[in-house]
Amino acid sequence: MKSIIQMAVGLAMVGTVAMAGEVAPDDVAYDEYGAVAVSLTGVAGDPANGIKIMTERSKGNCIACHQVTALAEFPFHGEVGPMLDGVGANRSEAELRGIVANAKITFPESVMPSFYKTHGYIRPGDAFTGKAGTEPLPPLLTAQEIEDVVAFLMTLQD
Amino acid sequence: MKMTVLKSAIAGLALVATGVMAEEGTVGFEINGDIPIVTRVPAAAHLDGALSEAISGWEYRDSSTQAMQMDDFDNPAMLAVEQAAEVWNTAMGTVGKSCADCHGDVNESMIGIRATYPKWNEKAGEVRTLAMQVNNCLTENMGAEAWKYDGADMAAMEALISIPSRGMPVNVAIDGPVASVWEQGKEMYYTRYGQLELSCASCHELNYDNLIRADHLSQGQINAFPVYRLKDTGLVTTHGRFKGCVRDTRAETFAAGSPEFVALELYVASRGNGLSVEAPAVRP
Ligand code: HEC
Ligand code: HEC
Ligand code: HEC
Repeated sequence: MKSIIQMAVGLAMVGTVAMAGEVAPDDVAYDEYGAVAVSLTGVAGDPANGIKIMTERSKGNCIACHQVTALAEFPFHGEVGPMLDGVGANRSEAELRGIVANAKITFPESVMPSFYKTHGYIRPGDAFTGKAGTEPLPPLLTAQEIEDVVAFLMTLQD
Repeated sequence: MKMTVLKSAIAGLALVATGVMAEEGTVGFEINGDIPIVTRVPAAAHLDGALSEAISGWEYRDSSTQAMQMDDFDNPAMLAVEQAAEVWNTAMGTVGKSCADCHGDVNESMIGIRATYPKWNEKAGEVRTLAMQVNNCLTENMGAEAWKYDGADMAAMEALISIPSRGMPVNVAIDGPVASVWEQGKEMYYTRYGQLELSCASCHELNYDNLIRADHLSQGQINAFPVYRLKDTGLVTTHGRFKGCVRDTRAETFAAGSPEFVALELYVASRGNGLSVEAPAVRP
């Protein structure tokens, strides 16, 4: 635990975007299957905020592509990705963190956007304006927002 | 008058009933009860199996929107068509001529035109869209100002010119002098633009018939363009739609009329070869 904190502190000094104690997007340690063992912030995720991120269009907008029975009260669930019911039982927290941070490492070529990434885009835009954006862009979700989503996904046990 | 021309244009198909397999595909509906519209057709060979069928966007709309397209009296795009018909007959520019002065009755001279664009223009040595061709007539033949590429005047004129081609199969050429532009368009179709890193194919090839949020994804065909969008209460051109779809990937979009969108239009049009021209269609 101590060493983790030390590492996070060390990274924060190099990273430009990351807040103190956060792992910056370029410094996330994915294993060979795309999982990320260590929290991006060291602060426990808040599943209630995770629900907000999952359902709000300007945030993760996850339900645009995924059906989630536990979020049935929020309208318009899409069918582009698999249903997420039970995903907290089927996958480890590390796997989920890796998928939410950058799904393309777990699923090469995936249609799912990479939520914790800031550069390497083709014609990056300034949000939804259609105008050019300048890299590094702010990641789609912050480190803590990813932890919040992961905490919510872990509640999906069946 | 209009009806006779339309009938003769589709004479061979007129006896085929809705839902029945025509030789070229499946007739999904009829416009005004007498223009059969093929909404499903085996995909063109140049798609190399990327799609098994080309399917019209009409198939993915709800029944009330579909119905508006089945009768010109219910189709809100027809108001713009009537206005464009007046423009067609109005002298413009320093030459003092109208479109009709050179082209006569639009329902005769423009039969089949919408179905083959974009296409190669030998004199200009370039691929031209219908909009480019109209602007070329305005500036070169009439001494008038070009219209905004995806503006209301252009959309209405494109809709008018499309009317005498309704029911005819889209048939754009992809070889010969247009081949390199077609390749450019194909490459764009599979490029994952923007911060969401989505290509046209991510949504319209891998996920058609799936819901994304509340939207039922179609194949993103353009046989129906320009379309009347109920949400915008106006016509939307092909490039207007492309602009929006690229913007929605959190990308820097391309300009309407840009060489990139001309190439993309040629490629996307070719993905719908065999579908009927439906323009102007109705969308939510
Ligand atoms: C544009 C569509 C899209 C969006 C938006 C999207 N996903 Fe996905 N997601 C997918 C697809 C497609 C897959 C299937 C993986 C693949 O590509 O094979 C997937 C897979 C997943 C999986 C793995 C499921 C499993 O067990 O196999 C999880 C977990 C997941 N997404 C969570 C999320 C979360 C959380 C968000 C929002 C922060 C989100 N997704 C946003 C399309 C999307
Ligand atoms: C002074 C005569 C003249 C006028 C006026 C004129 N055009 Fe043309 N138009 C032409 C000629 C000549 C061509 C063929 C030239 C070419 O292919 O480059 C043409 C071609 C076209 C084509 C392409 C047809 C095809 O066979 O591919 C369209 C569409 C068109 N004109 C629309 C219009 C519209 C709309 C107007 C009025 C805004 C208009 N034209 C006014 C002379 C005219
Ligand atoms: C994030 C998913 C997404 C991407 C990526 C996307 N589109 Fe779309 N597109 C949509 C949605 C949603 C609609 C409206 C419903 C429908 O017809 O699919 C639409 C509609 C269209 C239509 C209108 C079809 C009709 O019949 O009304 C065309 C044409 C189109 N898109 C072309 C493109 C092209 C070309 C690209 C690539 C530059 C592209 N789209 C990228 C989501 C997308």
